[in-house]
Amino acid sequence: MITLNINTKTYNVDVDPNTPLLWVLRDELDLVGTKYGCGVAQCGACVVHLNGEAVRSCVTKVSRAEGQKVVTIEGLAEKHDHPLQVAWQEVDVPQCGYCQSGQIMAAAVLLRENKNPTDADIDAAMSGNICRCGTYLRIRSAIHAAAELQRKTT
Amino acid sequence: MTEQKTSINRRSFLKSSALAGGGLMLSFTWLSAFKLPGEAGKPDVPNWIEVNGYIKITADNVIKILNPNPEFGQNVMTSLPMIVAEELDADWQKVVVEMGPHDSVKLGPQFTGGSNSVRMYWKPLREAGAAARTMLMQAAADTWKVPAEELTTNAGLIVHPKSMKSGTYGEFAAKAAVIPVPKEIKLKDPVKFKVVRSSQKNVEGLKIVSGKPLFGLDYKQEGMLIAMIVHPPAFGMKLKSFDASEALTMAGIKDVFLQKLYPDGFEQGGFDTRSFNDMLVIVGKSTWQVMQARKKLKAQWEPAGDIKDIIGGRGGKKEVIVPGELESTDAQHKKMQEFASKPAQQLRRDGDPETAFKNAAQIIERTYNAPFLAHNCLEPINFFAHVTAEKALVAGPLQAPGWSEPTLAKLLNLPADKIEIQMTRMGGGFGRRAYGHYLYEAAIISQKLNAPVKLMYTREDDMTYGIYRPMYTAIYRAALDANKNLVAFHVKGGGIPEHPIHANRFPAGAVDNYLAEGWQIPSNITIGAFRAPRSNFNAAAEQSFLDELAEAMGKDPIELRLELLQRAKEKPVGKNNEYDADRYAGILKLVKEKSGWNKAENKKYSRGIAAYFCHNSYAAHVVDLTMKNGQPYVERVFSAVDCGIVVNPDAATNMVQGAVVDGIGNAFYGKLTHKDGAAEQTNFHNYRIIRMNEAPKKVEVHFVQNNIDPTGLGEPPFPPVFGAVANALYRAYGKRLYEQPYGPQIPQQTMPDVKRKPVKSKLILNKRRAQ
Repeated sequence: MITLNINTKTYNVDVDPNTPLLWVLRDELDLVGTKYGCGVAQCGACVVHLNGEAVRSCVTKVSRAEGQKVVTIEGLAEKHDHPLQVAWQEVDVPQCGYCQSGQIMAAAVLLRENKNPTDADIDAAMSGNICRCGTYLRIRSAIHAAAELQRKTT
Repeated sequence: MTEQKTSINRRSFLKSSALAGGGLMLSFTWLSAFKLPGEAGKPDVPNWIEVNGYIKITADNVIKILNPNPEFGQNVMTSLPMIVAEELDADWQKVVVEMGPHDSVKLGPQFTGGSNSVRMYWKPLREAGAAARTMLMQAAADTWKVPAEELTTNAGLIVHPKSMKSGTYGEFAAKAAVIPVPKEIKLKDPVKFKVVRSSQKNVEGLKIVSGKPLFGLDYKQEGMLIAMIVHPPAFGMKLKSFDASEALTMAGIKDVFLQKLYPDGFEQGGFDTRSFNDMLVIVGKSTWQVMQARKKLKAQWEPAGDIKDIIGGRGGKKEVIVPGELESTDAQHKKMQEFASKPAQQLRRDGDPETAFKNAAQIIERTYNAPFLAHNCLEPINFFAHVTAEKALVAGPLQAPGWSEPTLAKLLNLPADKIEIQMTRMGGGFGRRAYGHYLYEAAIISQKLNAPVKLMYTREDDMTYGIYRPMYTAIYRAALDANKNLVAFHVKGGGIPEHPIHANRFPAGAVDNYLAEGWQIPSNITIGAFRAPRSNFNAAAEQSFLDELAEAMGKDPIELRLELLQRAKEKPVGKNNEYDADRYAGILKLVKEKSGWNKAENKKYSRGIAAYFCHNSYAAHVVDLTMKNGQPYVERVFSAVDCGIVVNPDAATNMVQGAVVDGIGNAFYGKLTHKDGAAEQTNFHNYRIIRMNEAPKKVEVHFVQNNIDPTGLGEPPFPPVFGAVANALYRAYGKRLYEQPYGPQIPQQTMPDVKRKPVKSKLILNKRRAQ
């Protein structure tokens, strides 16, 4: 049994400790907002927060998350109103939408560390996340919009 | 106002009315099949009254509009219901949108592809909305005992101004549902549109940003098993034998077995396709367990030899021999060069091109090449199936359920009405999910196991399986007279396994002497539609060639195109020219204006222009290239598009921006090569996809404003990006690039501080030619 703290809830899962966190989230806990895209830490669709840091859950063993604090897209904000989630809808970023939870989770760490990121900051922080539909311009806009929302509310 | 006959299947209307008359309809609730954490079993709003196939209304005035067509990011979940809401005169903000079931009788063709969704549903959806509005008004008129002509509607409210009476659509929905469908339906004048032509947010925005289960890979059912297929490592190979003894001892593994996809002699539908027929299937409880155990499967492979396929579909039944050779990219290039010099099939001929070339003062000839491309939808191929002796439920990402259903019925030996196909949101499609083989694979595996199964391809399975954009080449030739007038044009294109030529497109129709030819080489590497099939190569080659031609003729590249289009308009050459010369010229003029084509302040950029017509729409781009960290970088793009009426302008802009980014990425990096039949790129570490730092700072999109019925948008802006990028790279480096992807062809040099003067292109002088 491995005890996990995900989105402030406690879960006990009976899995091989080498199982990537991604598959525990998706197969065992029905938290399917975290996506599988490549399995080798190349696309960023599976980004979650482990103790506040963005990690690729497809290459993060579940044993590494034991007793740590995990946040997924489902738990980023209780009412799904994180400035990024608001801005993403306001800018109408998604096309197919598949990569967007990973994009938002990566952007959330950037925005926490850098309250007013420049385009260059965004390019550097977000180049690990592939969007096959090519919504990058809108992701940039939405991160700027979220930064402004964040400044207004804090 | 126009008055026209309804084009909707009247039977379906009457059928649904009768159903509604017999009681209250329960809505379609495919989402309830998901195990939603925290909201399991949450019931749908009951008591929907079905007004017609697309519209359901409750007595308390909740209006639900069904989206008939599969969603893969082109935003049809929003834009198609907007069309219904427009004619229904519903309050868009209060409309509930839901994905429709697969039901071709009620909901039409339900095909996502060919930039067809809005174009093909434009009229039926307007009529559905207008018919429902008429029926609701008639119900109110009957109730209030006033003439229907005296009623008006406003955002879901029916009003009788004379008596000051008013009521919601919901109040009259039950009564409206049993009123006969009107024979004549009045549609709105487009200038009066309120919902259509207004920018509306994606109706699934909140679900997407909060990680709700929307996609095929998210679909679950109690007791569902995970299945994967171990495919041969190379095209042209098949399974010889396997040993599953170790894999079967691994945790969670339920079964390993060999299963044929299509039985011997099976007639495949035109879009069924498959790369390999023998499925070595491994099934287990969870994804990771199956991934681990498949590594312990010991399989021996052997050459498959030539294979005979029987293909049905629209072209009629035919036998196709799939060659057994283990192909490599270098050898394919050599073979293509050989074929390029052989006689080919004539596709179009105007005037006397041979004589014109013989008498030319100058001939320009260039050869263009492009590799296979993988679609690389970010959601890998997958499908859910639960097949029992009596019925089948299949669910997942699929572009063309109507094409897959007949084959599925044959393979499962079930009648079509016992098969339920649910269409999940797709994590990308780009043409890849028009091919139903993976749905059949899932269903056959479920049938054999008698259990609910999710078939899943890993990224590596997905990338190496095939159904690629074909490998293409084309030779373009132009003949100029002594005054540098274009007197003849010749294109000869070929490919593995199909040629790319659209013979009746520009500049056909604009040149007196014109010849188009095509040839193809059979292959076991499977191919399929890839965002703007064939056009995505032609626009690169032809638009680069026109740029080079303009330079040789001493003309501005936009002006050359406009002159040719003027000729095509005033005195068109030949027949069957597919394009409208005015609309084509319109986008060129618009992009010229919006990009400040001749303005001095833009000279600091290396600028490339390209335009193209496909899927009934027109798109032009001006690409502005700079250098970033010593590498060429597309910093800005100006786009002009004519796709008729734009239903949802901001979402349409998003799509064009995405097409531009996708085009830049594939133009610079897209490439899939083979060695002895095996794909050499297997995942995103060696198949390069454009990323955030390579995306332009700005893509400014302008739509031509007109009242032409919508003509498609998902594909048209994609092809001309390649040509515009190639032409901008030439301005930056002074060297023309003929091989895609362009990235590896770019001269390795440090950043030029000052823009270099382009090197004069070498022209082949006619008299110097050996033959």
